[in-house]
Amino acid sequence: MNALVRWLRKTALLFRRRDFDQDLQEEMAFHREQTAKEFEAAGTTPEAARYAAMRQFGNATLLQERSREVVQFRVETVVQDLRFALRQLRRSPGLALTAILVLALGIGASTAIFAFVDAVLIRPLPYAGPNRLVDVDESEAVFPRSNLSRADYEDWKRLNTTLKSLEVYGGTGFLLRAGSLSEPVPAARVSDGFFRTLGVTPILGRDFRPGEDKPGQPKIAMLSYGTWMTRFGGRREVIGETISLSGEAYTIVAVLPRGFSFAPRASAELWVPLLDKNGCETRRSCHNLDGVGRLRDGVTVRTASADLKAIAAQLALAYPGSNQGQSASVVPLTELFVGKLRPTLLMLLAGAGLLLLIAGVNVASLLLVRAESRRRETAVRSALGATPARLVRLFTTEGLLLAGLGCAAGMLSAVFMISLLTRIVPKPMAQGMPILDALGLNLHTVLFAAAAALLAAVLLSATPALRLAFRDVHPGLSDGGRGTASRFWRRLGANLVVVELTVAVVLLAGAGLLAKSFYLLLHVETGFDTTHLATVYVMAPDNVYSKPEQKIALYHQILEKVSAMPGVQSAAVTSDLPLNCNCDTDWIRIPGKPFHGEHNEVLQRDVSPQYMAVLKAKLLRGRMFTEADDANHPQVTILNESMEKKYFPGEDALGKMIGDGDLSPKSMRQVIGIIEDVREGAPEDQPWPAEYFSIYHSLDPYFAVAVRTGQDENAMLPGLVKTLRGINPNLGVYGESSMIAQLSSSQSALLHRFSTWLVGGFAGLALVLGVVGLYGVVAYSVSQRTREIGVRMALGAQRSSIHGLILKEAGWLTAAGIIAGLACSVAAAHLMRTLLYGVHAWDFTTLAAVATVLGAAALLASLIPARRASSINPVEALSAE
Amino acid sequence: MTVDILSIERLWLSAMAAKPELMPGTLDMLILKTLTRAPLHGYGIAQSIKRVSDSVLTVEEGSLYPALQRLLLQGWVKAEWKKTETNRRARYYTLTAAGRKQLGIEVSDFQKMIAAIGRVLEDAQEAA
Repeated sequence: MNALVRWLRKTALLFRRRDFDQDLQEEMAFHREQTAKEFEAAGTTPEAARYAAMRQFGNATLLQERSREVVQFRVETVVQDLRFALRQLRRSPGLALTAILVLALGIGASTAIFAFVDAVLIRPLPYAGPNRLVDVDESEAVFPRSNLSRADYEDWKRLNTTLKSLEVYGGTGFLLRAGSLSEPVPAARVSDGFFRTLGVTPILGRDFRPGEDKPGQPKIAMLSYGTWMTRFGGRREVIGETISLSGEAYTIVAVLPRGFSFAPRASAELWVPLLDKNGCETRRSCHNLDGVGRLRDGVTVRTASADLKAIAAQLALAYPGSNQGQSASVVPLTELFVGKLRPTLLMLLAGAGLLLLIAGVNVASLLLVRAESRRRETAVRSALGATPARLVRLFTTEGLLLAGLGCAAGMLSAVFMISLLTRIVPKPMAQGMPILDALGLNLHTVLFAAAAALLAAVLLSATPALRLAFRDVHPGLSDGGRGTASRFWRRLGANLVVVELTVAVVLLAGAGLLAKSFYLLLHVETGFDTTHLATVYVMAPDNVYSKPEQKIALYHQILEKVSAMPGVQSAAVTSDLPLNCNCDTDWIRIPGKPFHGEHNEVLQRDVSPQYMAVLKAKLLRGRMFTEADDANHPQVTILNESMEKKYFPGEDALGKMIGDGDLSPKSMRQVIGIIEDVREGAPEDQPWPAEYFSIYHSLDPYFAVAVRTGQDENAMLPGLVKTLRGINPNLGVYGESSMIAQLSSSQSALLHRFSTWLVGGFAGLALVLGVVGLYGVVAYSVSQRTREIGVRMALGAQRSSIHGLILKEAGWLTAAGIIAGLACSVAAAHLMRTLLYGVHAWDFTTLAAVATVLGAAALLASLIPARRASSINPVEALSAE
Repeated sequence: MTVDILSIERLWLSAMAAKPELMPGTLDMLILKTLTRAPLHGYGIAQSIKRVSDSVLTVEEGSLYPALQRLLLQGWVKAEWKKTETNRRARYYTLTAAGRKQLGIEVSDFQKMIAAIGRVLEDAQEAA
């Protein structure tokens, strides 16, 4: 009650503050007059009496202030401080602008990166109960996570006790008739409960019903939202319509929601039930699917993993031929989606954090310099009655104001940077993010920016306040600043600049290592000539090319037509292009060698006779394939060097026989040649043992055409596609590209490029900030030591020795920064070693280059103040003050 | 004007020393008591306390005016501008009914405390 009345009275007074002040002033003037009269009555002169009264009264403003505090609200002094801080900033707009810009840069960059981290690592996957979803797959010695065979899946689904549901998905593709052309469309095959397990409901139509994935069921399909919009015009009547996929009629039953994406099958436009078992799925040993499951309530990933491993062990006993050594891998689904991106993103966040740190330190030292130049003002203020707490608050308010403005500007720049980054974000990362367009300022990012700003505010207000706390104010009044005061600041400023240089070195070293790693990745020894090599994928529909002769005729026709194109030197077809993946493997057994049913996994590639010549792969021994190596002749094989080394150690494999696990007569083939390793997998993967066969034996309907050109291969691509389509409009022709483009767009190359650019950008900014910071410290020190330098010169010091004196000071700071930075760099690089390819954390050339760059930049920055110091005129310097 | 002879620490000290010459809270009570006789202006209150206490208690302006603002806020005194005998404008403070009640409470609290302190002192003397 009382408090309320008090508050009301205070509020009333708030609007009559001028009256209040006037009353108070008049009242106190009256008091002073009366006191003076008293003194006069005691016999002093009127003049002396007035001074005596004033002395007794003390600082009138302060007294009035104290009365005002009684009726004031607490916030009013804050407003006062704020107004004061604004006035200060307006007085030195250059400094304020610089500080805000630097802060905006730091806060903006780190917030933008955080937005990605948030979208990928923090926000849950866009499915129902995402933390109960697990990735379920098989596991074996060489592939910790390998595909699931359909037979194993059926047993796992039946026997497990830990999963509420277990579903599978696999990739496929269809030829969709669009006008006169057949267009290949990526698609996915899923088991019936796939969408129910994820908790995704179609926006139109119905989900697959239980049992609809069984062989022989009607052919039905779901459309992705994007496909519905682009290919079917977003018509609602599309449900129930029939479309022709690779010559077969499918009924559209549903359209998936707009936000739906499933990273492992991100490109799928159509979703169909598993239905009939394809050739691979009739064999338990053929792995072509992946599993996704939902844990039962109360079951942990570990329990589920143990459950499925036990089932896998059971199956290995029951079917040793296909399942020996096959185990299970169960990990959270999130891990599958974003596990690979985590280190990259965390590294980028750390880089952005370091940039923020350097920005904060830079602005803090700017403020320090200014606080130093305001020493006199501070001293006068405290002499006039400002308490230390109030002075600290003034600085804190300034820090907060700067940080607040920096934060606002930072958010703006974050929005800009996010949209910039979204455009250059590599595909593998984009697929890990739910919806890229929705990326932007949300609660998480705004909170992050606010936290960053708060941190900056603490740093900004603490540094000048600390300086204030450690210093005796008194000498400030007598000016000069040659005493202890500036030494303290010089030391603090110097320490701060060492921090800046250290951080700059760390970022530069990180960028250097990434760049080197990226270079090595692009220039990896591939075993073939990647230049002037054009490639394209072809899909031959089964209903058109059903007989083996038709396929052989197609291969020949393609090679003949393509080779005849102007600018083409040679052409070949292959089941898989190099630098693609260490997949499509086969299990082998070598007669006469010990064998216990283990899986000797080797890559299997089916190629046309010209293939090795087109790639310019190097034959070490034996011979290449010829047109005669067809189905009418015994099967022969060419091995790569790794294969010979692994399975025929110390022997010559030429002429030896290789067979399948049972050494069935049909599978036996003779080794006719050994080639140098051609990298089949991703550039960062080690070469694998590989076996090459003549494509005339396997007759793949999906294959790639490799073309060696004499001119720019990219210019050849449209003509190549046209030529192939000209052979038969039913052929699916897609994915035309150059080998160089594939090399530089591999997942790790994309991530490398992205992070190299970003960290490089951070490092560049850090270098500029650090060097400017150094310049500031040295220049300030010179300006403070003008008098000292004047004395030295008057006493006979040479200009060169003054020059050296300043350079030495800068040199010490730089050296300290570089040494600390190099030590931190090695530690930081050790943390990011999984992201590096072919470079060690202590890569000497990179570290030496970084030290040189920073040293040179620092030298340049300190030359200017050193010149100024050595050109000081001693007479002027000594009479200046 | 030069200010550098003033050490800042001294200023702070003197500013602090000006405050609690009286026991905390007693100033408010003394002001209220002084106003029971007649409405007075600030100077008058200071003079009255000084005179009545035989110059033992001097009320510094630095504490008097903030104290008056406090009392006004609490509603224990009222202020109005009037003419003095010498025909000068001055702000006169008048005790309100609430102020009178408050004075009663404070006086009885204070006496209780004085009595308590007295007992402690006597006890201490006996022990010595």
